[in-house]
Amino acid sequence: MAQLSSNLLLIAFFLYFLSTLMFAVSVTGRRFKDKKGIERNRLGTYGYISSVAAFVLAMGYFITRWIAGGHAPVSNMFEYTTFLGIMMGLGFVIIYPIYKSRVLGLFTMPVVMLIIAYASVFPTEIQPLIPALQSNWLKIHVITTALGQGILAVGFAAGLVYLVRVTDFKTKSKKVTSLELVFFGLLCFVGHILLNMGFSAVNYEAEFQYINEFGQEAPITYQLPALIGPNEGTLLSEDRLSPLVNAPDFIVPDDLNAVIWAFISGAVLYWVLRLIFRKPIGGALQPLVKSVNPQSADELSYRAIAIGFPIFTLGGLIFAMIWAQIAWTRFWGWDPKEVWALITFLFYAAYLHLRLSRGWQGEKSAWLCVIGFAIIMFNLIFVNLVIAGLHSYAGM
Amino acid sequence: MSKVKCECGHLNPYGTYLCESCGKPLKEDDNSLANMRYEGVARRSQTYKKSIVDKIWNFFSSVKVGVWIIVLTLIASSIGTIFPQEMFIPPGQPASVYYYEEYGTMGQLFYQLGFHNLYSSWWYMLLVAGLGVSLIIASIDRFVPLYRALKTQRVTRHPGFMKRQRLFKKADTVTEPSEEIKKASEVLKERKYNVREENGNILAEKGRFSRWGPYVNHVGLIIFLIGAMLRLFPEMYLEDHIWVREGQEVEVRGTGGEYSVRNDDFLVEFYDPEDERFREGLERSGGDVVKTYQTTATLFKQSSETIGAGEKEEVQQHRIRVNDPMSFEGFSLYQVDYKLNELAAFTFALEEIDGDSEGLEDVRFEVNLYDPEPSYEFDNGYRVEIYDYFPNFTFNDDGEPSTLNRIPDNPRFIFEVFAPGEDDGELSFVGIQLNEAIEEDNQYRLRMVDFETNHVSALAVRRDRTLPILILGGIIFMVGLVQGSYWHHRRMWIQERDGELWIAGHANKNWNALKKDFDYLAEQTNIPAPNDQTDEQDESERTDEGVREADDNGSTKQ
Repeated sequence: MAQLSSNLLLIAFFLYFLSTLMFAVSVTGRRFKDKKGIERNRLGTYGYISSVAAFVLAMGYFITRWIAGGHAPVSNMFEYTTFLGIMMGLGFVIIYPIYKSRVLGLFTMPVVMLIIAYASVFPTEIQPLIPALQSNWLKIHVITTALGQGILAVGFAAGLVYLVRVTDFKTKSKKVTSLELVFFGLLCFVGHILLNMGFSAVNYEAEFQYINEFGQEAPITYQLPALIGPNEGTLLSEDRLSPLVNAPDFIVPDDLNAVIWAFISGAVLYWVLRLIFRKPIGGALQPLVKSVNPQSADELSYRAIAIGFPIFTLGGLIFAMIWAQIAWTRFWGWDPKEVWALITFLFYAAYLHLRLSRGWQGEKSAWLCVIGFAIIMFNLIFVNLVIAGLHSYAGM
Repeated sequence: MSKVKCECGHLNPYGTYLCESCGKPLKEDDNSLANMRYEGVARRSQTYKKSIVDKIWNFFSSVKVGVWIIVLTLIASSIGTIFPQEMFIPPGQPASVYYYEEYGTMGQLFYQLGFHNLYSSWWYMLLVAGLGVSLIIASIDRFVPLYRALKTQRVTRHPGFMKRQRLFKKADTVTEPSEEIKKASEVLKERKYNVREENGNILAEKGRFSRWGPYVNHVGLIIFLIGAMLRLFPEMYLEDHIWVREGQEVEVRGTGGEYSVRNDDFLVEFYDPEDERFREGLERSGGDVVKTYQTTATLFKQSSETIGAGEKEEVQQHRIRVNDPMSFEGFSLYQVDYKLNELAAFTFALEEIDGDSEGLEDVRFEVNLYDPEPSYEFDNGYRVEIYDYFPNFTFNDDGEPSTLNRIPDNPRFIFEVFAPGEDDGELSFVGIQLNEAIEEDNQYRLRMVDFETNHVSALAVRRDRTLPILILGGIIFMVGLVQGSYWHHRRMWIQERDGELWIAGHANKNWNALKKDFDYLAEQTNIPAPNDQTDEQDESERTDEGVREADDNGSTKQ
């Protein structure tokens, strides 16, 4: 069952890829007219069908893994991150019929793939639930939150479409630089995923003996070549890169090392793409979105946020509070994850209020969508892995 | 201040921008699109700016100020997560030392700025209070006039109003305007529009109630904040905990002795590492993973008159687990902590130091470590008294034997043994792996022959009377949020003016849906879909760039 589950996810992943391709061809390719002379975007429709099929198979993964493990597969980083990707796909499936924007598909599908691929970097074994997680609220809270965040992430994709559409890439400006930074950030994720897949394919491991934060000797295994070694570490494995410097004891050294590799690989990818296109990434993407009406893209991102915000609030705050009251004796305890859910809520609340004034529609609003997505990813990755708290079991 | 009379006869409050009834722009400005926010009503904050009350009102009614408060709260909240709050640092560590030792200079700064208790700091509370005030004032400032304007709006609108709508068209090619309007009325009714007619003109409206969404959710938030504030009163919120040993019955703190709870059994259960489903997952985590923490507890009640008299009534038995508390009369008991194998009782046997201990076989006794009997007598005349007992033995600052607390982690006794007929006892000092005669010529010795242990369970006691208020606030908030987000107020005005057909439309949020409705109307009748005047502006700006092609987005035109 567990094997079937992973296979379904793999197929779903390729269907998302197929969907991306179809949307890409549909946007860039020649326009076809049918016998009546009406323009048809059949490939766009196929792209959408493919994304629906991908969602169905992804749900197949979800259900079979649920059966295999006996609990909803949303209890650790791999499971939650994968589910977030699936929910972003669902967000697109919901929103596409309203606006029929193929460009949105072209921007959303790769992000969905990126999130699902990123999830696979984490351990994928099925783990049993600790007592605090044994509750029906686990599925209710996490599924609702992920759906909300997934739809908000579609808002991010639409915001990105808007920004690529309206930014003038011919001249250098802060806007161009900021937008390029966003693409660089996404490429860092790509690099991180590729490196981890590559090194784990060849079973790369570098073992160290080091002094941990409690002043005790402990072993540690790196999955990537160590640029940053552990505190007072000595390399035990042979033929492995010895670190340039050692990290202080309060830092998780292999995580820091992975982050640095992600930045390096992101920079390399970015540089290669710049060499190929000979212009900013945004500028290279611009021809794809030139047919988009900016006002529609703006409204689309706003709609996505307006649809996702109540769902996120319900799952990420209200259901979260009900569960916290039952499991942790109090509905609110200023745990970092709780605080960051509140921050996400406050941020999108600010966004919705700012939209009331004219000056904050369009470009600024699109930037807020980008920042909002960054906050969601920060809460997912950084708060789980770096800031310890009651949710830190999710870091496994 | 005096009211403003519009040419349609309606009396508008001073400061009105668009007539509440016919929509005529009352303040002439350029011919740009009408600002439809809040229907152009006179808001108190936009009208009165003199007195100090006005100024405070205006400050808090501003969305800009509201957003600033939200953003400041957001930034403050995030700062509090840089390092753990004081409540999360290991117990027994003074914060003044901990932050510096653990996080260096930054940690010390964090502590010195008071960020270790950020969420209960006065300025954070002030921000939240500011948010509450802003919610109340901004809502009242907008809701009241908006409600009146939407209530008094007329069907026939002023041409100045129509022309300045974002969606607008004048059609002079329609042959029978009045017939078309009648047809449109039917079509729109089918599409669930609420259609009002007046002099052959129509106003089709849908989803007006969504306009109240923001105000409903603000009311919910205010109720929630009030509920959260009430927690500061001890009567509303009780937080305590009790440790209960297996077999022991303990008063539930906060119930005034009315309730007591007995720990019948405590259990920690681990996942089976051989379980096929989790074998790989358990290998990775590399240790035992707990499956269950469970206290089987029995609750007793005695009426307040008989407290101490021992008349107890068993109320309920419940298996308290994490995620499954025991609840009664507003109280909840939660499984929060435990201690396995705490020493519970020692069994001692009396022996002769130099001898065969003949006749002493029956001198065995069990000492309860929580509540020892002071004296133990035996049939053959021996008697043992507890001279002193230190449950958690230590030497105090004066070098005297003492105890840290009443928990028997390191129990030591000074026993006094009386042989039959003797009045003078022998003192000896007995503990785990320790047996010292206090006097040199002791004849007897007490040997520990057995011990018993117990599991101890910690139960959190909570009573939160604010919960119903918080739940109410939460529900109202969610209802308002959904109401305002998933429904959209749309209006269409279709009028006949001098043989021409005037069409205008306004959507509060979802222009896309309104345009689709207009397109549908155009299919069903001869009424053309209105133009989006912002598109036209955009187009005139953009044509020189030559980038605009056929609409790919599918939202504006189809």
